[in-house]
Amino acid sequence: MGAQTVIDKIWDQHVIRELSDGRTLLHIDRHLIHDGSSRQAFDGLRRLNRNVRNRALNFAVVDHIVSTLPGRTGESHPPGRERIHALRDNCRAFGLDLYDVDSPRQGIVHVIAPELGIALPGSTLVCGDSHTATNGGLGALAWGIGTTEVMHVMATQSLLVRKPKQMRITFDGAPAPGVYAKDMILSVIGRHGVTVGAGFAVEYAGEAIRTMAIEERMTICNMSIEFGARMGLVAPDERAIDYVAGRPFAPAGALWDAAVAVWRALASDPEAHFERELTIDCEKVRPQITWGTSPQDLVAVDEPLPDPSMIADPERREAMRRALSYMDLVPGRAMEGTPIDYAFIGSCTNSRLSDLEAAAAVVRGRKVQPGVTALVVPGSMLVKAAAEAKGLDKVFVDAGFEWRNAGCSMCVTSNGDTVAPGKRSISTTNRNFEHRQGPQSRTHLASPASVAAAAVSGRIVDVRKLLR
Amino acid sequence: MQVFTTVSGIAAPLLLPNINTDAISPMIAGRSLAADLGKLLFANWRYAPDGTELPDFILNKPPFRDSKLLIAGPNFGCGSSRERAVWALMRFGIRCVIAPSFADIFYDNAFQNGLLPLILPAAEYAALAQLVAQAPRPVVTVDLVQCRLEGPYGGVIAFNISAERRIALLEGLDEIELMLRMEGDIAAYEAEDRRRRPWIYLDR
Repeated sequence: MGAQTVIDKIWDQHVIRELSDGRTLLHIDRHLIHDGSSRQAFDGLRRLNRNVRNRALNFAVVDHIVSTLPGRTGESHPPGRERIHALRDNCRAFGLDLYDVDSPRQGIVHVIAPELGIALPGSTLVCGDSHTATNGGLGALAWGIGTTEVMHVMATQSLLVRKPKQMRITFDGAPAPGVYAKDMILSVIGRHGVTVGAGFAVEYAGEAIRTMAIEERMTICNMSIEFGARMGLVAPDERAIDYVAGRPFAPAGALWDAAVAVWRALASDPEAHFERELTIDCEKVRPQITWGTSPQDLVAVDEPLPDPSMIADPERREAMRRALSYMDLVPGRAMEGTPIDYAFIGSCTNSRLSDLEAAAAVVRGRKVQPGVTALVVPGSMLVKAAAEAKGLDKVFVDAGFEWRNAGCSMCVTSNGDTVAPGKRSISTTNRNFEHRQGPQSRTHLASPASVAAAAVSGRIVDVRKLLR
Repeated sequence: MQVFTTVSGIAAPLLLPNINTDAISPMIAGRSLAADLGKLLFANWRYAPDGTELPDFILNKPPFRDSKLLIAGPNFGCGSSRERAVWALMRFGIRCVIAPSFADIFYDNAFQNGLLPLILPAAEYAALAQLVAQAPRPVVTVDLVQCRLEGPYGGVIAFNISAERRIALLEGLDEIELMLRMEGDIAAYEAEDRRRRPWIYLDR
């Protein structure tokens, strides 16, 4: 066996059988189920007259369709009621654990899986959601699947897959103050485009990753799908091991020692080969913000908006024109200073405690500008409780933010939290697609600190000017 | 899964790059389990906010209202993993999307349902897209048995597709049937893995 990457090593530990046509039947260690993509999968199990093969490895949570309003129940958002009831009934019928709307462990599926120790280094983890690679932040090989595959994994605790090509993205140097993990991964997408990762699994490496907290690594891994990569991870190291220790579903005692010994051997071998290598100099990265309707439509906040007439490629030029028109922005003008109507802090990209701390540091002692609707939606009820223990809720509420319960909220807008038509939002989420935050909504993606800075300024602003 | 052998019909050109699954099947189509997914295909591009049809959108124009194929730009199906995007295309009547490239999750989801995501090399794709955009009534025929595509003016293109994907479509094979035949392998793996990585198996 030659030099192996972390992805090779995890992959090999999960091979059940290799088929002659190049497909592999791979064991799935953890499966996360949510209210948005599971109903038809349970129906499929019933048609096959099958049970869930290994119930203990499947976990369910309500997040996509659940209200985030204070005092919410499963009935608070009437259009979500049917799906929430369906998930409850299905989990009861198939004997699965469900973190329901009233559970202290409820939250966004990709926030609770690491937080509860469900996701483990070196494990395979899937979920019917494209942002599942978030769990790669602690060294899990994790990816998003469709509803048919949700049914497959429930029935067999495995998936029939083709091994992706492999890419390494190396983040050199240290980012300057005001530049966060979100800016670093956005700068990759801005520079290399939304398809550079298609067909690839990504290992994130380099000095900036090594010195980065696990929650920030999750932000990096979360955005893998936005440049086409289904899987993205950081090889488990001592930080990842420390993060997992003591969590409710993490191993303990002798099992812990055995697990850690395996996890420590997973790092890529020094001579391991990647089919594609990208390098980012973090010292050159400035706060990033999207101007268009694709995550690759990016400028640094102090740069002007692009001018399509300067673009040679006709397809790209037309796409830029369409995006600028949808966003109601004038080519060549300054990005900074654009007035905003909404500021949203939340989602599986940026709703963990460190995200809320970074935003609160900017907000403290300042006020949300009149006319701006500002929301903080913690990623989980445990994140919410931890933030409240630190007094962050008071910082946000005193400034004029709404302080909500956990859920996907204004990222996917299936729970009633939406941006009004024609309004402009700055958001810590992962997608700025047309109509994503509501019909005719206009979304700018940025880091939690940049969103906080915009909320208290009433316009898009360079967060570095507000840092104390 | 629905069998796919040959599909012949109107091909609608929607040549934008990076058409995402939110555009294909917007959130409004996910709110209710009873939603008519085909009617809500591309809903934000097809209808004004008051629900009236936007006459300029391709699928609202006469020959394209009955499209069976879609010609799309690169990276079709990017974004959310929602399989509903595939179901919406099929419910509308589309059985084949032709593009220079597809997003990975959409590509897999399509094959699970009998929708053919057909990748053509850049030159062939560009020529076909141009013909389809110009023809008043562009009929395209995709023959998966022969792996041949016939364009609006009779030009024939040979295409490649992986053998196992082709056979699954031709025979309408559900992947789960193959997987269930390997249950013995799964049990053997689990027995050995419980010794090797016992912390994975949460016996709750």
